[in-house]
Amino acid sequence: MDFSIIFENLDIYIEGLKNTFFLVSISLFIGLICAVVLASTLKTTNNILVSFAIKTYIYIFRGTPLLVQMFIIYYGMGQFEAVKTSFLWVFFKEAYCCALLAFTLNTCAYTTEMIRGAIENTPKGEIEAAKAAGMSTFLRLRRIILPSALRRALPSYGNEIIFMLHSSSLASVITIVDITGAARIINSRFYSPYEAFLTAAVFYMGITLVIVWLLKRLEKKWFAHLDRS
Amino acid sequence: MFDLQGYGASILQGTILTVELSLASLVIAMVLGIVCALAKLSDQRVLKAAAQGYTTIIRGVPELVLMLLIYFGGQVLINQIAPVFGFEDYIDINPFIAGVLTIGFIFGAYLAETFRGAILAVPAGQLEAGVAYGMTRLQVFSRILLPQMVRHAIPGFGNNWLVLMKTTALVSIIGLNDMVRTASLASGATRMPFTFYMVIAVIYLMLTSVSILILNWLNKRYSAGIIKD
Repeated sequence: MDFSIIFENLDIYIEGLKNTFFLVSISLFIGLICAVVLASTLKTTNNILVSFAIKTYIYIFRGTPLLVQMFIIYYGMGQFEAVKTSFLWVFFKEAYCCALLAFTLNTCAYTTEMIRGAIENTPKGEIEAAKAAGMSTFLRLRRIILPSALRRALPSYGNEIIFMLHSSSLASVITIVDITGAARIINSRFYSPYEAFLTAAVFYMGITLVIVWLLKRLEKKWFAHLDRS
Repeated sequence: MFDLQGYGASILQGTILTVELSLASLVIAMVLGIVCALAKLSDQRVLKAAAQGYTTIIRGVPELVLMLLIYFGGQVLINQIAPVFGFEDYIDINPFIAGVLTIGFIFGAYLAETFRGAILAVPAGQLEAGVAYGMTRLQVFSRILLPQMVRHAIPGFGNNWLVLMKTTALVSIIGLNDMVRTASLASGATRMPFTFYMVIAVIYLMLTSVSILILNWLNKRYSAGIIKD
């Protein structure tokens, strides 16, 4: 094995690292905000149609592979003349935008389900107390339900972050140069699969370890009041 | 819109391949998972460390990168080793076997965690009682541990199975004619990517839905006689 080609081409990996970072953080950020809104809507709405629509969205995006979702958005939209001739095409012809959209929709579906579960586990007494104190639905959500639900969702959301980091490698399939994309370039240029993909693996492993470490710290902080030791 | 232009049969073949691939990988993953879980719980430090290293590395690296590494890397490795044993021709790795091995190898690590948790959920006293009755270790495993850990393992096992099935979509990237690839080929020929990717999304949705139904049934069956609080 000859890792000198990696060091000579390290800039491609750095470029890939940047793309992976932006893809993952932007989609996680937007996905989380949308998920909090959707989960809160599910909790508060009395409209059957709205909750049915949200549940269907979650069901579809959790039941199909991300790769297929990405293909439908990236390749599929080109099938319609109406899309191609409209202003939307500026968005859909960019692989980067399509990957971002697919990742965001996907992580949002998983996160919504996660937060919904956490909201459902809110102790009844807390909600009753909030009602007795005369809080409105929105105030109750903001002050009582969401803070404790989000805290309870943190461990599983941590898994979702790592899951999203790993899923982002799919972006390389639609020509984006993320970390995996960089490895594929190196592999095809030098026919050196070990060096190329092992380097990518090390990058992902490193990022995963950093995320796990950050999450542990955050968990410690958020659960400080529960620490009995 | 869902006129498949004669590609229905090949999509169906792709579906069968996806199911075969999923089931074959599941078998490998289950064997690896149980061996690895037992290794993690054993007293042997070397075994423990090996199992721990395996699960940590696999869970830190994206499936796609591992798949490319094993597929392309394996190709190079075999062709370096083969001449030593007197094979002079270039050897192509069968993508089906590469896919099954890779996915099985990856999900073995995930299942190991599930199985480890399930084993720990069986009260130690029962295992000790088994030993006290003079059962061999194999008997304790097959008569006391296995029947009871199945119940604890089913929820985690179910999640892993659903993720595994969706992960098989990645084999289309290493050139296996699964559902996604047949859809790619068909959409290339007919210029109807949206239609074909939508069709396979629906098939994936059906596969996951059927799986969920079966898993719920299994869960009910194995929880017979357990009082839920």
